[in-house]
Amino acid sequence: MIQFRPIYVICLREFIKFFREKSRLLGTLARPVLWLFVVGNGMGSLIKPQAGFSYLQFIFPGMIGMTILFSSIFSSISIVWDREFGFMKEMLVAPISRLSIVIGKAISGTFISVAQAVIILVLIPFLGIQIDFTQFVEVIAVSILVSFCITSMGILIAARLTSFDGFNIIMNFLVMPMLFLSGAMYPVTSLPPALRHLTQINPLTYGIDAFKHVLLRNGTPPLGPEFPLMLDLAVVTAISLVMITLAALSFRQKE
Amino acid sequence: MPIITVNNLIKKFKSLTAVDDISFSVNEGEVFGFLGPNGAGKTTTINILCTLLSPTGGSAVIAGHDCVGRPDQVRALIGLIFQDTTLDTGLTAYENLRFHAYLYNLDHKLTGRRIDEMLAVVELTGRKNDLIKNFSGGMKRRLEIARGLLHYPRVLFLDEPTLGLDPQTRNTIWEFINTLRKREKITVFMTTHYMEEAENCDRIAIIDHGKIIAEGTPAKLKEMVHGDIIRLVTEDNARAIAEIREAFGIPAKEENGGLFLEVERGEEFIPRLLHGLSVRTRSVNLQKPTLNDVFLKLTGRTIRDDVLTDDKETTREFVRSHRRAQR
Repeated sequence: MIQFRPIYVICLREFIKFFREKSRLLGTLARPVLWLFVVGNGMGSLIKPQAGFSYLQFIFPGMIGMTILFSSIFSSISIVWDREFGFMKEMLVAPISRLSIVIGKAISGTFISVAQAVIILVLIPFLGIQIDFTQFVEVIAVSILVSFCITSMGILIAARLTSFDGFNIIMNFLVMPMLFLSGAMYPVTSLPPALRHLTQINPLTYGIDAFKHVLLRNGTPPLGPEFPLMLDLAVVTAISLVMITLAALSFRQKE
Repeated sequence: MPIITVNNLIKKFKSLTAVDDISFSVNEGEVFGFLGPNGAGKTTTINILCTLLSPTGGSAVIAGHDCVGRPDQVRALIGLIFQDTTLDTGLTAYENLRFHAYLYNLDHKLTGRRIDEMLAVVELTGRKNDLIKNFSGGMKRRLEIARGLLHYPRVLFLDEPTLGLDPQTRNTIWEFINTLRKREKITVFMTTHYMEEAENCDRIAIIDHGKIIAEGTPAKLKEMVHGDIIRLVTEDNARAIAEIREAFGIPAKEENGGLFLEVERGEEFIPRLLHGLSVRTRSVNLQKPTLNDVFLKLTGRTIRDDVLTDDKETTREFVRSHRRAQR
């Protein structure tokens, strides 16, 4: 059962807190800037531009993907904070369905990630990429899909995590590998077979590939998109649905 | 008519039986207290009643709705104040209350008015737009009470409502609760391990190791323990003992430099006692039986094993050892 007022107020709370915590906003924006201009330029001197795209341009879709990854995981892991600091109880004893809590968290996490992805687009003029209005809309559409997918995955993890100690494990053994095995920094087809199989089960791989389709139009592998756009969108959508369903189910359980 | 009915409630966590086949009922408008030491099963019972836990066996019904079968109906009727704070410290007082109003589907036009009203009751009107992280422990607790009552619940659950608060704040909070209770006619179900706090209840169930071992009004429970204890310090204790035995026929015991005697209606006895003594008296102290003494009589243990320092605590300690010997 989905109730709109609880979903609205759960989202409202997340937005208020997001805009109140300036350091969080600053941190998520500083990370891609650092990657793009420090790593991008450093590595860029080693890698020659191919099919009309430089290395710096190549990693830009990956940086949008990275921003969404960190932001979505952070938003959904806030459930563990809520539980640790007791606020989750306030929601659990209220006459609202568990599904409303999950949907509220998923929507707010998605919007915060999309907002940050859009802010990253201001870097575009510094990269020598030009996008038109259609591409801008397409970036937002892909951002919504990818953000929803990663946020749902985060909620599923947060529902299982009993204490905040697990957060570091999640960061080191899930979030960082997801980033490195996503095609954000190098084409996945150039990886050895064992690692390439891991990239194939990583939803971020397809999300970032979709961003490449939109932003690096007419690009070809290795620096352009590597899979068909329809495959990217289908995989991300499918994983999203599985994740949000599992998340909603694991929230229903009680001792 | 009872608003809460609990029958043969059992909750097991693996090998531990936290709640062991308890039954009780709470009448509408009553303040009902669960008194017992930490780990007695108080919070587990509250968690079952407020639908956070499923019982292993038995039933709990609030206002005709089963806590297991119809959790949503139950949740709409109850308000909770937990042991630990459940406020969002990153939000303001107003934002916390508005969040609550939306969760409980309060009428939109009513929300603002109700929030102002509740903030006034707990005297936090001036802090409406301040972040909770700048609030003191007492202020947070008051705001939680305001929040718990915002949707006018029929039953208010208080799990150790004044835990960790200083005695002054504790009294203020009880004044709030009593005022509100008279105004709103709500039922209060509370747990505590402070005996002083349990005195605020109309009826108490004493719980230990998951079982209810006694139930009744505070006065009735205290009748289980007889007599008041007078502690007396004189300039010549030996002579005082002899005089007391002679004049009143009561045996007095000397311990820790003071005399202890057990009498009925101590407050009436003290003037006669002082009049009848020829030795000079340095101090007199009267100890009425407490709910802790009731607990001691029933279990042989005290609810709290705090460090005993002052005279009053020495008296209590004597009372305990004395009563232990009596049994």
